[in-house]
Amino acid sequence: MTPANPADPLVVAPVLLPLGTAALMLLMGEKRRRLKAALNVGSAMLGLLLAIALLRQVDASGTPATFAVHLTANWPVPYGIALVADRLSALMAVLAGIVGVASLLYALARWQHGGVYYHGLLQLQLMGLYGAFLTADLFNLFVFFEVLLAASYGLLLHGGGTARVRAGLHYIAINLLASLLFLIGVAVLYGVTGTLNMADIALKLTQVPASDRGLLHAGAAILAMAFLAKAAIWPLGFWLQPAYAAASAPAAALFVILTKVGVYALLRLWTLCFPPEAGASAGFGGHALVWGGLATLGFGAVGLFASQQLSRLMGYSVVASSGTLVAAIGFGLPALAAGALFYLVTSTLAGCALFLLVELLERSREVETGPPQFDDGVQAPGPFLDAEPAPSINLDDEEQALVGLAIPAALAFLGVSFTLCAMVVAGLPPLGGFIAKLAMLQALLQIGSAPAWMLFALLIASGLLAAIAMMRVGIRHFWTATAALPPRLRVVESLPVAALVAALLALVVNGNAVLRYTTQTAATLHEPQLYIDAVLGALARPTGGGAGIAPRPIADARGSP
Amino acid sequence: MEIVVSLAVGLLAAAGVWLVLRPRTFQVLIGLSLLSYAINLFIFSVGSLAVDAPPIVRAGALPDLAHYTDPVPQALVLTAIVIGFATTALFLVVLLALRGLSGVDHVDGKEEPGEMP
Repeated sequence: MTPANPADPLVVAPVLLPLGTAALMLLMGEKRRRLKAALNVGSAMLGLLLAIALLRQVDASGTPATFAVHLTANWPVPYGIALVADRLSALMAVLAGIVGVASLLYALARWQHGGVYYHGLLQLQLMGLYGAFLTADLFNLFVFFEVLLAASYGLLLHGGGTARVRAGLHYIAINLLASLLFLIGVAVLYGVTGTLNMADIALKLTQVPASDRGLLHAGAAILAMAFLAKAAIWPLGFWLQPAYAAASAPAAALFVILTKVGVYALLRLWTLCFPPEAGASAGFGGHALVWGGLATLGFGAVGLFASQQLSRLMGYSVVASSGTLVAAIGFGLPALAAGALFYLVTSTLAGCALFLLVELLERSREVETGPPQFDDGVQAPGPFLDAEPAPSINLDDEEQALVGLAIPAALAFLGVSFTLCAMVVAGLPPLGGFIAKLAMLQALLQIGSAPAWMLFALLIASGLLAAIAMMRVGIRHFWTATAALPPRLRVVESLPVAALVAALLALVVNGNAVLRYTTQTAATLHEPQLYIDAVLGALARPTGGGAGIAPRPIADARGSP
Repeated sequence: MEIVVSLAVGLLAAAGVWLVLRPRTFQVLIGLSLLSYAINLFIFSVGSLAVDAPPIVRAGALPDLAHYTDPVPQALVLTAIVIGFATTALFLVVLLALRGLSGVDHVDGKEEPGEMP
């Protein structure tokens, strides 16, 4: 394999673009909403296009694995921070871009007026997401986790109100603790291996002496706790439902990808560090992942069945999808991981669309039954933080017609979208959720162990419970409607829902191509040597001025003070 | 040296864990701060504790940890301190907002039944 171009600008662009946009928005101050909104849409769209270009690039050649590498500031590999895109990173980046654009378009209708810094926070959130997916350095991963978490704190509080602040306090406390665990894990791994580059860590793990093996496993387990808490694995995931139910609709839709960041980090590091070839550490923690995932899937399915409030129901569906993914990863079987990655794509898109639909549906009920009935202390959106919006903004509900127009078939649109997304979440044919579950079930038949049969049964049972729960909600919202007033939707808030549903349908039409992609992704993931070779083989560019410090050992480069 | 740092890390972490589990928001905040101090010291100590050793490799000396102290954990600690400071400040703002909105300093925004405020 030829060494990758060590300064691929496409790898770093998705991180720099939102950072620059967010900085620009901070300079613009609190006014100029329209300009900021336009800038945000442009930047988010461009970021998505960059991510798609990256995906096409790493997927372009027919070789089993292609990697795009960027060495920041041209430092040689183990010393500097490397950004690396492979198929998994590119896929996650595209998902983050799609979810970000959908959330933003939806927020343009009204939620962007709920706080002053919505646009900047969204860009920082996107920067954290892209960075977390693209970095190949463990401590840099921590930094990007903090960036995306800090932005998510702000987005969760977006709109204000007691319920959001209360849920936000819990959410922040849990995530700060998880970040501290992350730091302990990183420090222990650094202490044992002496490096922070993920590929270098994976390479050095095999040489760790037996006396340090226990310390290494403890560090890896503590690090995994941070990711498992982020992925809302039972019993670390009780923070999720109150937080997601309290968040405003666009924020909750964006948060769907946040649990997937935890899953991504687990998948990346676990397949990289503990493959079957890793000697004494081979498959370390796989059982914990499988059983934790199974417990989470069961908990999520029961929660789905038991919840009455739509946003809580959605929270449990996020938990169930996390459980499915983590359990499937833990088996360490490429065919199963391929199905799980397909499931990740469909469940993220469907979850995002459903969180957006939740608010539209609640609003349509509001028209019929008066004020919203929240059953567990979650109150209606509180008074907005900024009481004095710019005079040019149409804020009032009465002024809706000036911004958008009422869609005549609004209820039909909501109904069709909801049904399609619910079918994906429940895994009913012929949509994407079914293809993904079928791929996973097929792979599970090959394993045949007790946990595999348990996951087999739970996948089917959770699909049934999800289908019943979704049907119940659908009946309540669409069939028992008595009022004559159809809900009023604006074009801009139905657009992302329609686009997400269209994407879900496109996933079915192109199911074969997507499954081919995820199969190759999983195959590459389970051959970590490819990743290690690609990252460590990336040589820094020789600098033109003759003072080429790049390939020299660090001791020489820093020898003379 | 090692025993002093280990004791400090252990004491700070124990106090931090105890405070984080308390029901008052300010106790949780202080607990999180103490925990982050403990972890910063811990990160600092993984780079091998050395007295009077510079964090650079000097010309002529062998580049092993007997002759210099590892600069990477120090850089990590600096980053962790900055991030911890920012997130603690954010937590403090949310804490004050909840206090203002709910009128109590319980983490759930309301007193538990049977508990003195």
